[in-house]
Amino acid sequence: MNWRRVLFLLPLALFMVLAVYFWAGLSPDHDPSLLPSAMIGKPEPVFNLATLDNSGALTTDGMKGQVVLINFFASWCVPCREEHATLMDFAKISSVPLYGIAYKDKPADSAQFLASLGNPYKRVGLDQDGRTGIDFGVYGVPETYVIDKQGIIRWRHVGPLDADAIAKELNPLLQSLGGS
Amino acid sequence: MIIEFGHFALILALCVAMLQTGLTLRGAARNHWGMMEAGRMAALAQFALIALAFATLVHAYAISDFSVLNVAENSHSDKPLLYKLSGVWGNHEGSMVLWVLILSLYGAAVSWFGDSMPPRLAARVLGVMGMIGVGFLLFILLTSNPFLRLSPAPADGNGLNPILQDPGLAFHPPFLYLGYVGNAVSFAFAVAALIEGRVDAAWARWVRPWTLASWCTLTVGIAMGSWWAYYTLGWGGWWFWDPVENASLMPWLASTALIHSSIVVERRDTLKSWTVLLAILTFSLSLVGTFLVRSGVLTSVHAFALDPRRGVFILLLLLAAIGGSLTLYAFRAPKLESGGVFAPVSREGALVLNNLILVSCAATVFIGTLYPLFLDAVGGPKLSVGYPFFDRTFVPLMIPLLVAVAVGPMLAWKRGDLLGAFQRLWAAGIAVLVALLIGFYLTWGGPVLAVLGLGMAAWVGMGALVELAERLRLFRASWQESWRRALNHPRSAYGMTLAHLGLAVTVAGLAASAFQTENIALMHLGESIPLSGFTLRFDGIGKHDGENYTADAADFTLLNGEGAGERVVAELRPERRFFPLQQQTVAKTAIHTNLLSDFYVALGDPDGNGGWAVRAYWKPLVPFIWIGAIIMALGGAVSLSDRRWRVGVASRRAAKGALPVNGGRA
Repeated sequence: MNWRRVLFLLPLALFMVLAVYFWAGLSPDHDPSLLPSAMIGKPEPVFNLATLDNSGALTTDGMKGQVVLINFFASWCVPCREEHATLMDFAKISSVPLYGIAYKDKPADSAQFLASLGNPYKRVGLDQDGRTGIDFGVYGVPETYVIDKQGIIRWRHVGPLDADAIAKELNPLLQSLGGS
Repeated sequence: MIIEFGHFALILALCVAMLQTGLTLRGAARNHWGMMEAGRMAALAQFALIALAFATLVHAYAISDFSVLNVAENSHSDKPLLYKLSGVWGNHEGSMVLWVLILSLYGAAVSWFGDSMPPRLAARVLGVMGMIGVGFLLFILLTSNPFLRLSPAPADGNGLNPILQDPGLAFHPPFLYLGYVGNAVSFAFAVAALIEGRVDAAWARWVRPWTLASWCTLTVGIAMGSWWAYYTLGWGGWWFWDPVENASLMPWLASTALIHSSIVVERRDTLKSWTVLLAILTFSLSLVGTFLVRSGVLTSVHAFALDPRRGVFILLLLLAAIGGSLTLYAFRAPKLESGGVFAPVSREGALVLNNLILVSCAATVFIGTLYPLFLDAVGGPKLSVGYPFFDRTFVPLMIPLLVAVAVGPMLAWKRGDLLGAFQRLWAAGIAVLVALLIGFYLTWGGPVLAVLGLGMAAWVGMGALVELAERLRLFRASWQESWRRALNHPRSAYGMTLAHLGLAVTVAGLAASAFQTENIALMHLGESIPLSGFTLRFDGIGKHDGENYTADAADFTLLNGEGAGERVVAELRPERRFFPLQQQTVAKTAIHTNLLSDFYVALGDPDGNGGWAVRAYWKPLVPFIWIGAIIMALGGAVSLSDRRWRVGVASRRAAKGALPVNGGRA
């Protein structure tokens, strides 16, 4: 078999690799939200972000001393839309402040996103270049973090939050941290 | 009773499709005329049976027969008739029946027009299409059967998602499927050629009309979908890089590449194995798109209801169709090489560049769309990379492509003169300068990239006109000479000019979208807001009832000028429609267009104190995006009407001496 024949086998080989991924994607016992983070147990990265309502900067220091939730979102992100209703419900019943960070999003688009779907966030920081996202280790949006009173990252949820994750993981954790 | 008739017809269609596959493939292998002829009849019968099945389903929707599970789940007696009918393909099961209906329509068309082809090639094409039909008919009957009954029948149905109740969307899927499924014909031709081990200019000529036809309808389908998103979602956006949109864009990019590479096969008898691979790739991307949309592997706002069993079945279909054809390709394609050689700078070279870029674009979209899936498989989450990824990867790829679009057609076959081509494009160069100057003058300090985009549009558009003028020797020869040349200029060449002009128009529309202005405000009755030099006045708000919704309808007046010079430009009536059945509110935007720009007003939520959230936009050149797409499709249609696709028929028949030139059914 010479190299030219191998070249013609390449499309088939690539497709086979792809098919394995497709197969894995179909697997029902696959829990997408279980992703360990190197950041858990470490202090929250320092940031200083402009805010959507121009109400001064959103900073690490401004959150110290209380348990908070930080949610990375973007108007262009479809799973964020899906997650939004859950966040709205959460904000209505929970006393833990929920901060939003608009990840790589134009401020006008974020504003529009929140204007049409409702705003669950106490304040919204603008991370237009994605720098803060990199510091947090964000893979993509949406992602949610719990920061404790000492400013340590305690929990990370990757992908849209759902009622199940809130009831089984988030609320017990918030209670144990004394946040609600 | 009627629906059981349809169910039975579909089962019969499956049997006929099996028969079609067996007869044609075996007949072609043994060169048995009778078997191949019977296989061709089977293709016609398959279409008739699926059409019958589809008709019974349409009938069940039209009379709102809620004893049929599919109708009860997706229709409602209050719905306007148009949406009862479009509801047939507004759900997973029904849309799959439309899918196989269109597949069998193409099969019947190949069978009908197959007279012009060598009988064995036609038989093998039908054999491959029969196999695809068997796969998808099995899929429908085993996992997605719309003919199942529901007992006892409910008094009324669940209704169709209100956002889908729109004339634009009613006709969007049929066009999209005509495009998607049309790629199955090119695919079948490619596989048939691999079985025969022969690809030549004649093959390229036979496959080309099918590729063109599916490309045209896919272009229209995508444009319709994007237009629908623009005026329905109330955001003013027209492309969201959503997986479902990407699923239609990828085959479009690949089939655009295929149209161009098959020209090289036809004219220069080279790039054969590449063209065959492209044909396989194009249909594979259509299939993968179907898989992604219907298996729940990716998150999407448009996704159909999910069922893991379906995902597994479609994956098996993918393995059989794509894996099978690529295996055949791996063993047969190495024998296809040959044909003319060419210098890097030549028409062929430019078409290869076009192919490389278009395929890279498709690969980019593919990676961006499937990135979440790849992450998912290694333990990652469902995420979307969104437009920042596509903006940074897709847009830079488009720039060299657009430069090459104008230059390519100016180059000669085999060996071209790049410098000469650029020299002859001086008029296009001037057009670019003028566009840039005007652009920068009007929008100094605005987005630079957008002005450059307008320059690219001018380059592509003027380049297409210069090429046409060159061919007709316009302004060089006498008018009579140019006129004579214009009459003899092939339609396929006019088609190319039109399609490239359409591309220029679309690019202009895309680029200019960066200049849009918006004003989002809470407005009370009688208030006015400025909108890009105009004034938008909130005149009134009232209620009105539709067939299956109630609406808040607002009256806005768009005014130009001030004081005594003020005059009314347009009345705009955006609505907020509430569908009680689904408890869902849908914005009905109001758009005033003069084809150069749109004034776009969407009515948001009331604040309870007489104030209404209003989103108003001025969008320059935005209609160009869709006008350009229609021009592109028109170019494809003009090319499709070229005599060349029929001349080949006549000469072959004349050579055989058996049939008159204009005889037969073609």
